[in-house]
Amino acid sequence: MNLEFTEEMVMLQDSLNKFVQNEYDFETRQKISREGIGYKEANWQSFADMGLLGVPFDEQYGGFGFGQTGLIVVMEAMGKGLMLEPYLASVVLGGQLVQLAGSETQKEQLLPQLIGGELKLAFAYVERQARYNLSDVECRAESKGEGFVLNGSKSVVFNAETADKIIVAARTSGDTISQQGLSLFIVDPTAEGVTARHYETYDGLRASELNFDQVNLDADALLGTLDQAYPVIESVIDSAAAAICAEGVGVVSQLRQKTVEYLQTRKQFNQPIGNFQVLQHRAVDMFMAEEQMRSLSYLAAIKVTEGESHERIKSVSAAKVYLGDARAIVGEQAAQLHGGIGVTDELDVAHYVKRLGLLNTLFGDRDYHLQRFSQQ
Amino acid sequence: MDLNYSPEEQAFQLEVREFLQQHYPKDIQDKVANGIALKKDDYVRWQKILAKQGWVAPGWPEQYGGPGWTPVQKYIFDEECGAANCLRTVAFGLVMLAPVLMKFGTDEQLEKYLADIYNSDVWWCQGYSEPNAGSDLASLQTKAERQGDHYIVNGSKTWTTHGHYADKMFTLVRTSQEDRKQKGISFLLIDMDAPGVSTSPIVTIDGMHVVNQVFLEDVKVPVENLVGVEGDGWTIAKSLLMHERTYIAQVPRSKKQIERLKKIASEERYNGKPLIEDASFKAKISAIEIELMALEMTNLRVLSKISAGEAPGAESSLLKIKGTEVQQAITALLMESVGYFAFPYNKTTMTEGWQEDPIGHPQAAMLAPHYFDWRKSSIYGGSNEIQKNIMAKAVLGL
Ligand SMILES: Cc1cc2nc3c(=O)[nH]c(=O)nc-3n(C[C@H](O)[C@H](O)[C@H](O)COP(=O)(O)OP(=O)(O)OC[C@H]3O[C@@H](n4cnc5c(N)ncnc54)[C@H](O)[C@@H]3O)c2cc1C
Repeated sequence: MNLEFTEEMVMLQDSLNKFVQNEYDFETRQKISREGIGYKEANWQSFADMGLLGVPFDEQYGGFGFGQTGLIVVMEAMGKGLMLEPYLASVVLGGQLVQLAGSETQKEQLLPQLIGGELKLAFAYVERQARYNLSDVECRAESKGEGFVLNGSKSVVFNAETADKIIVAARTSGDTISQQGLSLFIVDPTAEGVTARHYETYDGLRASELNFDQVNLDADALLGTLDQAYPVIESVIDSAAAAICAEGVGVVSQLRQKTVEYLQTRKQFNQPIGNFQVLQHRAVDMFMAEEQMRSLSYLAAIKVTEGESHERIKSVSAAKVYLGDARAIVGEQAAQLHGGIGVTDELDVAHYVKRLGLLNTLFGDRDYHLQRFSQQ
Repeated sequence: MDLNYSPEEQAFQLEVREFLQQHYPKDIQDKVANGIALKKDDYVRWQKILAKQGWVAPGWPEQYGGPGWTPVQKYIFDEECGAANCLRTVAFGLVMLAPVLMKFGTDEQLEKYLADIYNSDVWWCQGYSEPNAGSDLASLQTKAERQGDHYIVNGSKTWTTHGHYADKMFTLVRTSQEDRKQKGISFLLIDMDAPGVSTSPIVTIDGMHVVNQVFLEDVKVPVENLVGVEGDGWTIAKSLLMHERTYIAQVPRSKKQIERLKKIASEERYNGKPLIEDASFKAKISAIEIELMALEMTNLRVLSKISAGEAPGAESSLLKIKGTEVQQAITALLMESVGYFAFPYNKTTMTEGWQEDPIGHPQAAMLAPHYFDWRKSSIYGGSNEIQKNIMAKAVLGL
């Protein structure tokens, strides 16, 4: 047993931390989030140059083969810097779907481009009626000649606005909510019949509502086996859920650090408010939550890589439940302990608090994962 | 023990209900129900309607224009207003300053200010907090120096709610340095348009502008704007905290919000069924309802004591903590009820005249900003930590 990162991982971590420090101070981040596409294209190129876009992919396609462990290193840094670049959408979701389900041709076509930063992906899986149920899919693809025709809508698709290709989960057979009969398609967002409504999310990210009206797809748009996409979707979503647990660790470590600093410097009643034991205990609760989250995030990373699905599901859901708890223990308390300044837009704390709120919901909230865990 | 209202109280309840049905403007009601940002004009319009009816200041003695209601009547009024999604009247003039003037003000001051407060013709804000004086309010540093028949005021106030709307601000300022910091504080009224007063907006976590920092630079304030005597500011401010304690809990509003939550949860779907049929979501709503049930009964017990002529103790701290905890829990569950559809954020959605199609549930866009914004309720008005300190000392003798 060895729970330390390899030298390669430590180097990755260091270069990322440097990047956050040099390129991603809070003011820069705010500026980036408010303008244009909501992230910086030059940063994406730096990601490509640093090799970040190849972290989870096999070496034969130009990746590093660092797998899930590599992803949690990257995502923790994304959390620390509250970064806005579409790493989750493009690499963790899109790229991993291609790696897991794609044919050799598809992988050779897409992964090197993605790793090089020339191609961006997004994954459309949420539907209006579905809440967190991944198999509640109404969006349909019917066979037509050699190919398919796609109809329906997808919601809250992160970074669809800047994606070159969108991977869409659609029903090709079976009843709504059935895990059987789901398929994945690679859709060109500029194709006829695709319409989009783009918006900002409350923590400064970008997402879209997508509508597909008689969108014609070629046969090679199909990604993976017809009707059999559910296990692929579930396992990539689990990988992404584990990845955002690591992002949550990054967020939480910042909130804990910033709160402790504030307790040491803010004076009321002629003393640092950190002298008040009730506040000390809250800070300690934050610290404990952070450590436990880190533990579960590592465990989930291990199980996503090598566990059978039952163990993977348990560990990912466990980590996600903890991430949900952190919304209150760390997020709400960080705001509370900062007093009025903690609920202002001008301080970074509020923005970490918001990201933590979003991470609870993403890929299923605390209640969903508690239930999912208990059903294993 | 009897929970039922007397026949007279029931008649009163009906009267209030009918009045609200007929006179509460529908457009304001819609805004409140949907969490749309409110404008000064909305408040003024509604308060003027209430003033005309004689109901805008339930807490005022009759001699000053109050309706002369019993504590139970006031509670009924509050309950009916909550149920009708009424806009809460703005407290600064009506609830905070007016009672202070009645108790400590001169006849001239009453003459000058009271009618305008009653009729919402002059808008007040509260200038207590400073960048370095929050929970420790007595450490405030804004200075007022006497020069002839004026004070010259220098310093800065912050978190001033509605400071950008207000015509005047009631403040606590330091008029002398004494051995105890609570001494040497005075209660002073300042015109917001006096030379040397400027405000700058503070944008809060929900992206909105409600609070401000106010800068005071050599502001000339006539001595007749002093309330009470010099150095009595702290005593005055503390007496203000004793007012309106049973309305702190905001039980009626929380009941209305739970109704709203249930409605949204019955319209959202999960696993092919309404979300409200999901056992764990249902249990979470129930847990809040139980908290609220306890709070309502505690609130009524306090009310009953007051009706029986007893002076209430530190219950206001309990009501404040539990009340804000319930409110915050509801905002969290409201946000959770719409799942992913809490994500889309559009500042203009929260303002009137917004016409676009909603994304997801029609009320979804406001739920996350409200959840984050409502974190403030356990910070302001004496933070919940400070309230617990008070109870530990005053109730438990620790
Ligand atoms: C939205 C909003 C509107 C407001 N409107 C107004 C207004 O109109 N007018 C006005 O004058 N003020 C207003 N306030 C200010 C409000 O009253 C203060 O924010 C509040 O008093 C807390 O002060 P602070 O923000 O400086 O926090 P601090 O006092 O610095 O507190 C920081 C943290 O330390 C804790 N703490 C402090 N002392 C102790 C202690 N002894 N024991 C344990 N814990 C402690 C606090 O509970 C808090 O968690 C408003 C604030 C907000 C957020």
